[in-house]
Amino acid sequence: MNEIWAGLLAAFHLIVTLDGDLVEITLRSLQVSLSALVIASALALPFGTWLAIRRFRFRRATIATLNALMGLPPVVVGLIVYLLLSRSGPFGVLGLLFTPTAMIIAQVVIITPLIASITHQAMRELWAEYHDLLISLNTSNRQRVLTLIWDGRRALLTGALAGFGRAIGEVGAIMIVGGNIDNATRVLTTAIALETGKGNFALALGLGFVLIALALLVNFAIHALSRTERHSTW
Amino acid sequence: MVALVPIATLKDVTVKRRGKTILGPISHGLESAGFTIVLGPNGAGKTTLLNALHGVERLSDGSVTWTSPDHASYKDQAFVFQRPIMLRRTVRQNLAYPLQLLGHNKNEIETEVMDWVGRVGLNGVLDHFAPRLSGGEKQKLALARALIQKPKVLFLDEPCANLDGRSTREIETVLSEVNTAGTSVIMTTHDLGQARRLASDVVFLLNGQIHETGLAPHVFEAPKTPEAKAFFQGDIVE
Repeated sequence: MNEIWAGLLAAFHLIVTLDGDLVEITLRSLQVSLSALVIASALALPFGTWLAIRRFRFRRATIATLNALMGLPPVVVGLIVYLLLSRSGPFGVLGLLFTPTAMIIAQVVIITPLIASITHQAMRELWAEYHDLLISLNTSNRQRVLTLIWDGRRALLTGALAGFGRAIGEVGAIMIVGGNIDNATRVLTTAIALETGKGNFALALGLGFVLIALALLVNFAIHALSRTERHSTW
Repeated sequence: MVALVPIATLKDVTVKRRGKTILGPISHGLESAGFTIVLGPNGAGKTTLLNALHGVERLSDGSVTWTSPDHASYKDQAFVFQRPIMLRRTVRQNLAYPLQLLGHNKNEIETEVMDWVGRVGLNGVLDHFAPRLSGGEKQKLALARALIQKPKVLFLDEPCANLDGRSTREIETVLSEVNTAGTSVIMTTHDLGQARRLASDVVFLLNGQIHETGLAPHVFEAPKTPEAKAFFQGDIVE
């Protein structure tokens, strides 16, 4: 219990004094996770919606695979991305290993199936509601996808927030591909792992509380910006 | 005197679901005098026939050929469903949606929206969220959203089911106006009174087959088949 209080005090102290390291790590965490979220959403939202409206031969298998990929072990993703980006790997020439870009790539791989799967579930229901109207209006597939994404944006926000939550809290993959290098690739989760390893529980807990506060703050900010409570359709 | 004009040819039109034939096979030259009412008992295939004519229903067999190319294209047809489908947008945005798909500019869209919102009496709810409207308002919005496309053919599937008398009257008035202005209407209804008020001609369906067709006064006053006669007298027909 003492350690939790010490952690809270450490977090309070770090925030109030605007600790330079904390600010840098926090900004990097946000940069990596928000970049991954934007890229993953750009891929997953249209794909999940397309999957909801199209009928094709291996659709069921595709949906089952997508759902299975939601449970991808981050450490395995990190290992694969590491092998692909390492000097001897196919993309080694790009020199991306141990950079924030590598961490973004790993997070995109981890959260894209999650966002796509939630999108698919939400869009399937909306498509069932809109199907006859959009067919009757002779809409193209592109128009259908855009209409569903726009009208289902509140449900899609849930998927995006779930993806952000998974990305900001992820440690295994980014530790492998980022290397937890001070002033380069250290983020809140890898810093927590490092401080815990050093036995510095108060600081680790402090960083943990900052991480939780950050996740809550981003969620509230996105909800407020998108005014999800409007029309009571959330 | 209104006259029947050929509008579509149905050739072996069949719709099956899970191996069960819902409609057809129908081979029939469909004629209309402007306002066609499709009648028949529950399960006769009225909705399926409308869906098949419009192309919303995938045919298991056969084909529908429209006599006039003006009527054949999707953009010249519009459909109002029995359960009005509301986009999760405001009334204004719902009305604008079909025109946005057709590539109209903002000024044209605004003019048309204001025109139609007035014609169906939805001025007071223009910026309300459409899914939260009352049943009557939703159906009027669905009708206006269909008519804003200026269709040559308008399909309506029981548009006044579950509506009160006032809303029914308002919808019938709009339908009569657009029909007079040249839009062909093909509509299903359970309401024989409404059918008598609106129909120029009637298609009577039974067990997935077109049982009887003709100009409304003839069909209502002197039905050729005992089933149609029984139905118009209010008897249960199977």
